[in-house]
Amino acid sequence: MIELGDVTKTFPNGTRAVDGVSLRVAAGEFVSLLGPSGCGKSTLLRITAGLAPPTSGTVAAPWLNGGRDAGGQLGYVFQQPTLLPWSSVSSNVYLPLRLAGRRRRDAAPLVDAALEMVGLSDFRRARPRELSGGMQMRVSVARALVGQPTALLLDEPFAALDEITRNRIDDDLLKLWTQQRWAAVFVTHSVYEAVYLSTRVLVMSPRPGRIIDEIAIDLPQPRTPAVRGLPRFAELCERVSAALAAGMEATANA
Amino acid sequence: MNARELPTRSAAVRWAQRLAPLAVGLVVLGAWEWAVRHWEVEPYVVPAPSQVLATLRERWSELAPAWAVTLRTMGLALTAAAVSGALLAALFASSRWVAASLFPYAIVLQVTPLVAIAPLLALWLRSRFEWVHLICAWIVAFFPVLSNTVAGLRSADRAHHDLFTLYGASPWARLRLLLAPSALPYFLAGLRIAGNLSLVGAVVAEFVTGAVGDESGLASLILGSQMRLDTPMVFAALTLVSLTGIAVYFALGLLSYLLLRRWHDSALPR
Repeated sequence: MIELGDVTKTFPNGTRAVDGVSLRVAAGEFVSLLGPSGCGKSTLLRITAGLAPPTSGTVAAPWLNGGRDAGGQLGYVFQQPTLLPWSSVSSNVYLPLRLAGRRRRDAAPLVDAALEMVGLSDFRRARPRELSGGMQMRVSVARALVGQPTALLLDEPFAALDEITRNRIDDDLLKLWTQQRWAAVFVTHSVYEAVYLSTRVLVMSPRPGRIIDEIAIDLPQPRTPAVRGLPRFAELCERVSAALAAGMEATANA
Repeated sequence: MNARELPTRSAAVRWAQRLAPLAVGLVVLGAWEWAVRHWEVEPYVVPAPSQVLATLRERWSELAPAWAVTLRTMGLALTAAAVSGALLAALFASSRWVAASLFPYAIVLQVTPLVAIAPLLALWLRSRFEWVHLICAWIVAFFPVLSNTVAGLRSADRAHHDLFTLYGASPWARLRLLLAPSALPYFLAGLRIAGNLSLVGAVVAEFVTGAVGDESGLASLILGSQMRLDTPMVFAALTLVSLTGIAVYFALGLLSYLLLRRWHDSALPR
């Protein structure tokens, strides 16, 4: 469903952020892009979303075919909650539908369902700043899922949260994915998070970002927190860490 | 005792802080009253506060209509400044070309001294003074609204812009749902400056045109009273100008607080 062919991105100042990346994501897959900070993984996600054009290469995704309601296909979770501070929680979740021309009354069941999914039904009238960081991020996830997208792009969404909160949101995200099976592209620099959530992990090198390894995650589905205790989980984490370290070393020697 | 105590402000301290300006005012007025009586200063030089108060009460029938005229000029000019400033800012935000082409002229309008424009306007408008006053007050009040709103419209968060792009927002939806709310705190700060500038503009314009007659405001009253050495009346009129300024400032502050208190840092308790 998502296909990138030999994508390169060079910024106007000459910095090459992404170098010849090709990847495919099939419907219902959960793919993580894992790499050190500054390796161009966020840039890659922005290109995939259509927020930035690649310098060269091809990008194919359903939402890039034009048309105003093409946005309905895609959900996007930013690094920050990126909520409108002047709008209530439910208005924030309603926003993608509103921009797609859906009337508030018609959209209300979808908004309610999305808030229910992230466990924030009681906070629909609150303003974002009245919520904790974790709750704000949940609202952001609800907003990304309210249009029932076929793909969800997540840009290091929970990096700013404490570990306990992050693990809980990861569990909730996994539960939603198991139920709804959108394709997910998850950008992260946490090895454990990538292995725990994904069906496949793509390891990137430091800048300019290239995909240097691809590791299928064959942990049992549906995943539960218990998965984190399995020997296979530790094994895969080690394997991914090794790939990451190899990439760092190769760049350092170059 | 804790080694470090967080600074807490009790209700009493907060009230004391609110009443402090009032106390300063009373002390100054008291000293003034005493000085005038002690040195037996003539009222046409400096009237005592009690005389000003008496003038306000006894000659209210002269003061009230003039005050109403000034208030009306100020209110209309401020409204016009708010509407035109916000609309022009939206136009500027919609196109860099429009902004770059027109902004210098907005500045020209702003820096040209009002005392130079007013007589010209009086000439061109054939002494329809209420229009001259209104335009003068508008000219000085409009610029802070415009420049603040332009800054506000440009301050919208980049990630929010991405969000709107991602979900295919139309330019109109972006303006209404993202840019306008982002600019609101800036617009209100500009309006607060414009409120007092429109008062100053209205008064200065009256002074310069020297308008007299039925449609004359507080400044005309001050001019006329000065010529007659009716200094208590000058002070009474000035008192009304000051009170109007303070009231407008706080009213616009309250408006700002009411509109922003749920979400903007500027309106939240620390």
